[in-house]
Amino acid sequence: MRIRFPRLRARSRRPELVCQQVVELVTDYLEDALSAEDRRRFERHLAGCPHCTEYLAQMRETIRLAGRVAPEDLTPVMRADLTDLYRRWRAEG
Amino acid sequence: MGELRPPQSEGDTLPTMDADGELLRRLRAGDEGAFVDLVERHNGAMLRLALSFVSSRAVAEEVVQDTWLAALRGLAAFEGRSSLKTWLFTILVNRARTTGVRESRSVPIADAGPVVDASRFGSDGAWATPPEHWIEEAEDRIDAVKLSDLLRVVLDTLPTRQREVVLLRDVEELTSADVCEVLAISEANQRVLLHRGRARLRQALESELGGAPR
Repeated sequence: MRIRFPRLRARSRRPELVCQQVVELVTDYLEDALSAEDRRRFERHLAGCPHCTEYLAQMRETIRLAGRVAPEDLTPVMRADLTDLYRRWRAEG
Repeated sequence: MGELRPPQSEGDTLPTMDADGELLRRLRAGDEGAFVDLVERHNGAMLRLALSFVSSRAVAEEVVQDTWLAALRGLAAFEGRSSLKTWLFTILVNRARTTGVRESRSVPIADAGPVVDASRFGSDGAWATPPEHWIEEAEDRIDAVKLSDLLRVVLDTLPTRQREVVLLRDVEELTSADVCEVLAISEANQRVLLHRGRARLRQALESELGGAPR
């Protein structure tokens, strides 16, 4: 059995992240905007925290669902208006 | 991500730039059908974006029409350094902003503070009320339409700048560089707005789909 002493083993002197900080870094993490060190701290926290892992997964799901929100269809009236606009523009020369 | 929205036409299955190149060639040759294709492809997204800047639908439609006319007039000068979509959005945002000012839409209220309610964490900063599970709910959901409707409503309630960024980045799936170009904002600013907007969407999904009472 391996005994871990996180505080002794930590490479940096900066304290470990807490959940409340992690949720504020989620976007920077997903956008790859964290420094290498902060990225490691972020991932170290995730490795031991199912709730923040869930939060991150939910954020990815949120983004995926947002990508499925389709715009409204073009109405026949709008299509006719824009075709008309095109013809007027052509007539402009 | 491409498979999520069914392609509207054959052209949508092509890589954007290639599809753009072909459309551009036809547009410049004076092909009216190419213009209609372009309208079919982007008008809905443009209208949605315009509605984010101006309060009335009539004005939004006018902004979109102005954008199309400006695009036609600028066609010869378009260099293809961005995609047609990004180019159209850029023209639209510039027009909508001028119009929006004219309509004197209320100044966005400053939005600061944590994106997850502080009461959900203990004094040590660890979750006290952890995220409720809802991902499986969302994936199993047969009425995906309802979920889209919910997201539309939440998007509408976001502060303007957050909505613009989330719309372009997550709904229209532009790259962050393109979002910054279209809205003329910095990468850092974009990330802050995206962070706040996404957090609100997530919270709305949790409230709608999460199991336990909050």
